[in-house]
Amino acid sequence: METIAIPAINLAPIMPEVILSIFGMALLLVNVFVPSEQKAYLGYLSLGGILITAMTVLSGWNAPVSGFSGAVLQDNFAVFFKCIFLLSGGLTVLISDHYFKREECNVGELYPLLLFATVGMMLMASGTDLMTIFLGLEVLSVSLYVLAGLNRANLKSNEAGLKYFLLGAFSTGFLLYGMALTYGATGTTRVVKIAEYIAQNGVVAKNPMFFIGMLLMAVGFSFKIAAAPFHMWTPDVYEGAPTPMTAFMSAGPKAAGFAAFMRVILIAFPALKADWSALLWILAVLTMTIGNLIALNQDNIKRMLAYSSIAHAGYALVGFTAGNPEGTAGILFYMLSYAFMNIGAFAIIVLVGKKGEENNNVSDYAGFATKHPVLALAMAIFLFSLAGMPPTAGFIGKFYLFSGAIKAGYIWLAIIGVLNSAASVYYYLRVMVYMYMKNPVEEFDWMKLSAPVALCITISVVGVLVPGVMPAYLLELAQKAVLL
Amino acid sequence: MSQFPLISVMTFLPLLGVVLLFFVPKQSHSVHRMLAMLVTLATFVISLPVATGFQSNAEFQFVERVPWIAAGPFQMNYHVGIDGISIWLVMLTTFIMPIAILSTWTAVEEKVKEYMICLLLLEVGMLGAFVSLDLFLFYIFWEVMLIPMYFIIGIWGGKNKIYAAVKFFIYTMVGSLLMLVALVTLYFKAGGGDFNLLRFYEVGLDPATQTWMFLAFALAFAIKVPMFPLHTWLPDAHTEAPTAGSVILAAVLLKMGTYGFVRFAMPLFPDATAKFTPLFAVLSVIGIIYAALVAMVQEDVKKLVAYSSVAHLGYVMLGVFALNLQGLSGGMLQMLNHGVSTGALFLIVGFIYERRHTRLITDFGGLAKQMPVFATIFMIVTLSSIGLPGTNGFVGEFLVLLGSFESELRWYAVIGTSGVILAAVYMLWMFQRVMFGELNNPKNQTLSDLNAREIGLMLPLLFLIFYMGVYPTPFIEKMSPSLEKLIVHVKSRQTAKAQIPQMPVPQAMPAVIMPPAESK
Repeated sequence: METIAIPAINLAPIMPEVILSIFGMALLLVNVFVPSEQKAYLGYLSLGGILITAMTVLSGWNAPVSGFSGAVLQDNFAVFFKCIFLLSGGLTVLISDHYFKREECNVGELYPLLLFATVGMMLMASGTDLMTIFLGLEVLSVSLYVLAGLNRANLKSNEAGLKYFLLGAFSTGFLLYGMALTYGATGTTRVVKIAEYIAQNGVVAKNPMFFIGMLLMAVGFSFKIAAAPFHMWTPDVYEGAPTPMTAFMSAGPKAAGFAAFMRVILIAFPALKADWSALLWILAVLTMTIGNLIALNQDNIKRMLAYSSIAHAGYALVGFTAGNPEGTAGILFYMLSYAFMNIGAFAIIVLVGKKGEENNNVSDYAGFATKHPVLALAMAIFLFSLAGMPPTAGFIGKFYLFSGAIKAGYIWLAIIGVLNSAASVYYYLRVMVYMYMKNPVEEFDWMKLSAPVALCITISVVGVLVPGVMPAYLLELAQKAVLL
Repeated sequence: MSQFPLISVMTFLPLLGVVLLFFVPKQSHSVHRMLAMLVTLATFVISLPVATGFQSNAEFQFVERVPWIAAGPFQMNYHVGIDGISIWLVMLTTFIMPIAILSTWTAVEEKVKEYMICLLLLEVGMLGAFVSLDLFLFYIFWEVMLIPMYFIIGIWGGKNKIYAAVKFFIYTMVGSLLMLVALVTLYFKAGGGDFNLLRFYEVGLDPATQTWMFLAFALAFAIKVPMFPLHTWLPDAHTEAPTAGSVILAAVLLKMGTYGFVRFAMPLFPDATAKFTPLFAVLSVIGIIYAALVAMVQEDVKKLVAYSSVAHLGYVMLGVFALNLQGLSGGMLQMLNHGVSTGALFLIVGFIYERRHTRLITDFGGLAKQMPVFATIFMIVTLSSIGLPGTNGFVGEFLVLLGSFESELRWYAVIGTSGVILAAVYMLWMFQRVMFGELNNPKNQTLSDLNAREIGLMLPLLFLIFYMGVYPTPFIEKMSPSLEKLIVHVKSRQTAKAQIPQMPVPQAMPAVIMPPAESK
């Protein structure tokens, strides 16, 4: 029997994951001793964990470390994405306590689970082996299934958890099967080695097993990033899940899906670029169009943002299709901006919502601006950014994504993209119409603003506006973080 | 750049007003008004040295250029400057803003603070768009303008405000996003570098590429102008917008479209310009006649004025596409005239609307007896809008028709001229029905004449109406060198391209539309 050589263990490349996991486990223990009305302390602790992890992550900028014989690699690409994950995690923590207090569902597991989900995402970003990526994905997914169904008393939340679990497990099957086929064709699961193998044995590219492997992996990842036609789970899960978790799911895990998707496709399959570009082209068009068209007539704002997040995955796919540095840098920039604008919008939804996921209809926002002009302004900024209006980060991000596509010659894709953006304006404006132009139906006097939520909104507004006006710095970072 | 950043200060001064307004309590409406008024006045004062210091040559002046985004493949600069094409539009903007704000002194009572913030932001957007020499910067300002205007129509507008606001936003957005695609394509065709507009002028694109890029740019601008058949958002937006909104929309925002043609679409894509000149001439003429006919049957004064805008801008487009000095300077002048006259008309509509809360022509009649001052001012503005000699409207229209008669667009000018007659018909008819006749409606018998504020804000406009009508030389003098340069630029590039066997006939006029030259 062949002996398996165990490589020397170097924890450096997974240090952030280790730290965050330790925090997560510690929180699980602490949770037992914290009385249910003081769960907010767990939130502060997890914020501390996130901050410390973030510092560790940032120290890895421009200092790529690889470990576990090439199964993980913390390069700039991973660092950039990890910052997005930690940011989404942190912002979510800020709005969680407010929400779960209101829902009278003070479960402390929330915070450790959030941290574990973040660990999973981080592993996905730095995974350079199909197995590592899969591991990260599972850590993330299992935590998310629970988080989606966290509000046990709420039927919709239960449904969301179950639905997410079933479909998620299904998609994982696709992904795993694709990975297995790829392994079967190339004899390796290491992303770089796959590319090397193709380069050496050109015929493999024609091997149907190999091609189907890539296809199935693409299907699996498409599920995770909610690209049409694999998006069916999104609206129900997003609507049913507790609002902070929806915010989290739409920002972090989606970015993680893109990170892994990009790493696998761009690094392992450059030889098949023509094929996957064509595939992604179709995916992008479908995703943008279906997301936007259905979002047009949603009355529930969470559902509307769910469909809009499908559309946003489509915009990111436009940059992916291009497969050039502009496009990929665009995805990085966009995912970061999206975390700010979407979680910011969800923070306001948390504030406006009432117990039992009520008051979540677009029409409930009637006259919001009269009562809370500052919050309405913040919401307007997030919505304009989602719609891609300057001077917001959303515009710059879209500009980069689409110009990547234009540079690569996909002008029609860019045109379909901008037309979609124009269509999307309609449903974002609808919220604005209710906020600013309709008479108040209800008094918003009952609404209370808590400090963490206010902080989350402030950070998000800054995160949307500053890169919108002065994008140079962030663009430069995104540029340095691209894989190509 | 050691010189004083005059343009930047002018452009961003209203932003200072916005910041200050944030700190003023919600209820102090008079403070909001005063503050906005002072800021816009200060902006106007600061813009005066721009006009006086502007040398009559074709160069861009007061140029400022600072690196802005230099990451990755793109380089955007903060690059602004003024030439003869933009100078008067900038002046028109700074001039009309204080008037617009003064006009809503009593009309807007709710959310005055937000209203003023929107107006000031709008001014930043408009000025920025006119002075940008970096295409990316221009696009940002161009889009930014949409947001405050959307709110102005949607929050302070009339009954159908939401429909009008959303329609306005989406129409403009669709056009401008396609322009964005063309803009980025242009950038890559130019081989990267920065987004400097002047550099793009020198890029020689093949006619096939030019065609669709021109169309993308032209769509954005044509929607804004608005040209037939893309004009349907305008009557809605105009009718629903509050007075100041209508004034600014008519006076400045519509000029963005025509300015876009002159500054961007035509010089960037000379071959496509030649190719599409007949199309745009046809659309302009249809716009002139059709809008005049529709204006004639309007029952709402404001709608009538809105449709007259479409007709007037048809002249501007005709003059611009004539692509000779008379036509272009007529077009430019007509842009200013339309800003002044139609702006004034919307103010007038606002006056009677504030008094009677109706704009239906049938609700009025015989107002001249009750409001003699108003009647006089109204008459002057009406005549200037028709283009009576001695008023500003005449000079512009005359030059436009002269220019297009001398160009390939001769026959369009012939048809277009009939629009002048139609304009006289619908404007005078409207004037007669509103101002003359029996003063039989009891509600009209108690109307008060214009007050000092209202007269005061009309005076500068009346002054300009006569000044530009009698002595337009200073205006034309400053714009001519730049226009000449533009014409030479576009024409020389057209002939250069015409030698390539892309277009068999150097003149791109299809014989179907143009009668043979001998037939004249």
